[in-house]
Amino acid sequence: MADQLEGSARTDPPVADKPDDGDRQFRELRLDGVTRAFGATDALHDLSITIRGGEFVAFLGPSGSGKSTALNCLAGLLPLTAGEIWLDDRRIDTLPPEQRGFAMVFQNYALFPHLDVRRNVGFGLRMRKVPKQETNRRVEEALTLVRLSHKADSHPAQLSGGEQQRVAIARAIVCEPPLVLMDEPLSNLDAKLRLEMRTEIRRLHQDLGLTTIYVTHDQHEALSLADRIVILRNGVVEQAGTPSEVYIEPETDFVAGFLGYRNALTGNVDESHGRQTTVAVGDLRLVGKSPAAMPTGDAVVRIRPDDLMVCNGGGTGPNRIPLLIEVVEYGGREFVVEGVTPAGQRLYFMASEAPRLGDSVTVAVEPENVRVFAPTEET
Amino acid sequence: MVTRTAAAPPASLPPLSKRLAEKGVTPRLLLLLPAVVFALGLFVYPFLYGLGLSFTTEAGSLLGNYTEFFTDPYLRGTIWLTVRLAVPAVLIILVTAMPLALAMRGAGRGKQIITVILLFPITIGTVLLSDGLLDFLGAAGWVNRFLLDTGLIDQPLQLIHNYWGVLFAIIITDFPFVFLLLLSYASGIDPSYERAAAVFGASPRQRFLRVTLPLFAPGLAITTSLAFVLAFGTFPSALLVGEPAGSTRTMGVAAYSEAFQQFDYPMASTVAMLMAGVELLVIVVILGLRNRLVPTLSSGRKG
Repeated sequence: MADQLEGSARTDPPVADKPDDGDRQFRELRLDGVTRAFGATDALHDLSITIRGGEFVAFLGPSGSGKSTALNCLAGLLPLTAGEIWLDDRRIDTLPPEQRGFAMVFQNYALFPHLDVRRNVGFGLRMRKVPKQETNRRVEEALTLVRLSHKADSHPAQLSGGEQQRVAIARAIVCEPPLVLMDEPLSNLDAKLRLEMRTEIRRLHQDLGLTTIYVTHDQHEALSLADRIVILRNGVVEQAGTPSEVYIEPETDFVAGFLGYRNALTGNVDESHGRQTTVAVGDLRLVGKSPAAMPTGDAVVRIRPDDLMVCNGGGTGPNRIPLLIEVVEYGGREFVVEGVTPAGQRLYFMASEAPRLGDSVTVAVEPENVRVFAPTEET
Repeated sequence: MVTRTAAAPPASLPPLSKRLAEKGVTPRLLLLLPAVVFALGLFVYPFLYGLGLSFTTEAGSLLGNYTEFFTDPYLRGTIWLTVRLAVPAVLIILVTAMPLALAMRGAGRGKQIITVILLFPITIGTVLLSDGLLDFLGAAGWVNRFLLDTGLIDQPLQLIHNYWGVLFAIIITDFPFVFLLLLSYASGIDPSYERAAAVFGASPRQRFLRVTLPLFAPGLAITTSLAFVLAFGTFPSALLVGEPAGSTRTMGVAAYSEAFQQFDYPMASTVAMLMAGVELLVIVVILGLRNRLVPTLSSGRKG
C-alpha cells in the first residue's frame, strides 16, 4: 500500500526519439475553434488545440462528450459548423476526406468484407496510385509488423476479433499517413486482447512515430498510450495535459472522477487558504487540495480508493472517516470494500484483509491525496 | 417424400429415431407436408405436364413442335420481340431505382412517404394501369397535349398501341418491385465501409466501383434476375397498350394465341417452355456476371 501511495503518481515515461521522417511529418496540426452542431446542440464546441508532428494524443471522455465527433471532423467525415483545421500552412477542413491523406482505425474495423487481408491493407496505397510492386512490398511489411503475414489471403470474416483489429491497424499504418485517427479501436476486444493490443499500438507508435489521435472512454488506455490527453465533456475541453499532469493534478471534479478518483463526498467549504481547503461533510471535516482558493459554498471531495488507509484505533491525524462496511469484493491482491459514512455517503477503499460485513472501521487519508473541487454542473 | 428403409439396426447402435434426429429428421418434418403437397400440385405437376405436352405432336416426332417454332419466322421472332422489350425495360428500371435505393437507405421519415408513393403502381393492377396509360399517353392525352401546347412537336406522338406503350407499362409496374428489393439490399450495406474507403483516399467514383457495387452485387443480381423474369413474361400490357399482332407480339402473347385462338395446346406449351428456357439462360448469365464482378465473395467461407 505504502509504495503505491508514493509511487502511484509517477511522471510520464521518457519519450523515445522519433525517427526523422522528412517531408511526410508535419510540424503541427492546428484545430481552431472547431465546432460541430447537430440540430440545436453543439456536439463539439470551440475545440482549439495544436498537435505536434509525431505526437500521440488521446481524446478521453464518456459517450456524448464529442470525442468521436472531433475525430470525424478531422477525418473529413463530418463537415464543421464553425472553425478551421490547419496542417502547417494548409487549410484542410474544406477538403473531402479522400484528399486529406489520413488513415483511420474504426471502432468496428470496417474491413472490406469482399477483399482479402492483402487487398484490405493495400487499399489505401492502391487508391493513391502507388506502383504495384511497391504496394506489395509495403503490404508485406505492414503485415509482418502486425504479425499476420500468414493470413494475407484470408477474408475478414475468417479472422478473429484481434486479428481483424490488427488488419485494421496494418491498413492504417501502411500508408505512412501524416495522421492516424483511431476511434475506440480496442473497445470490441476482450480484456486480455485489449491489453495486448494496447502494448502493440504503443510499440508501433514508438517504432514508426506516426502522429496519432486516439479516441477512447477508457482512462487506462489514454494514460498508457498518449503523450498528451485531452479530456472532453459535453463537447467542451475540460482539461488537456500530459498523462501525469491530468492524473496527478486534475483541474475539475469531472476530470478527477474520470481518472480514478472514484470516491466523491459532497459538502460545504469551511475555509480555504491558498490551495488548502477544508470541507465540512456532515460532521466530518476533511482537508485537501483545491485547484485554487475556493469561496464558501458547495464542494466535492475526491479521494482515490487506493489512498484510503484503514487505521483502527491508532493515531489522531486529520481526515479520519468512520465507516460501516456494506460490501466486500474480492479483488485479487486486495479486497475492494464499500462502506457508508455516518452521513450516508458511500466510500470505496482497498484492504489487504477482508473486513466483516457490518463492522465499523475508521479510514484515513493524507491531505496531500485529497482533492477538493466545485461540483460538476449537471447538464 | 422421404422414404426410409426400416432395416432393423444392430443392437449396439442407438435407436433409429435418435440417429435420424441427429441428422435433422424428426416428426416435426411432417409440418412441411402441406407445403410440399402445395408445391407439387401447383408447380411441379403443371410444369411436367406442360413439358410432356410440348413433346406431343400429331406426326409423332418428339421435337416436332420445337422444330416448327424455330422454322416459323412468326413464332421464332417472338423471342427477339420479347427480349427487345424486357432488356431495355430492366436496364432503365435498374439505372433509376439503384441510385434512388442507395440514396434512400438510412433516410428517416421521408423514406416511408416516398416508399408508399413508389409502391402505388403495384396496388392498382395492370389492367387499370393500362387503361390509365391509354388516356395519359394517347393522341389526346396529357403528354401529347402538353408537348403540342408548348410547341415542342407539331404532330401527336404515337406512344400507345406500339412498342413504347408496353415499355412504359413494364417500367411502371416493375419499378416499385425492383426499388423495394434494392432498398432492402442497400440498407444492409454498412455505410462505414464507404466512410473507410473515403478516408483511405477513394474518390466518390472509386468508392462506388470498388466498395459499394461489389457489396451490392449479390442483391443486384437477384433483383435483376427477378425483374427480367417479370418483364419477359409481360402479357396483359402487351395486349392492352401494345400491338399484339406486330411489334409487341411477346412470347406470352404467342403462347396465349396458340392456346386460346388456335387451340394448339402442345405448341402453346412449347412456347411456354422456351420462355422458361430463355429466362433461365439470362439468369445464368446474370449470376455469372455477378461472380466475375466479385469473385471473392463466393469463395469467402468461415473457419
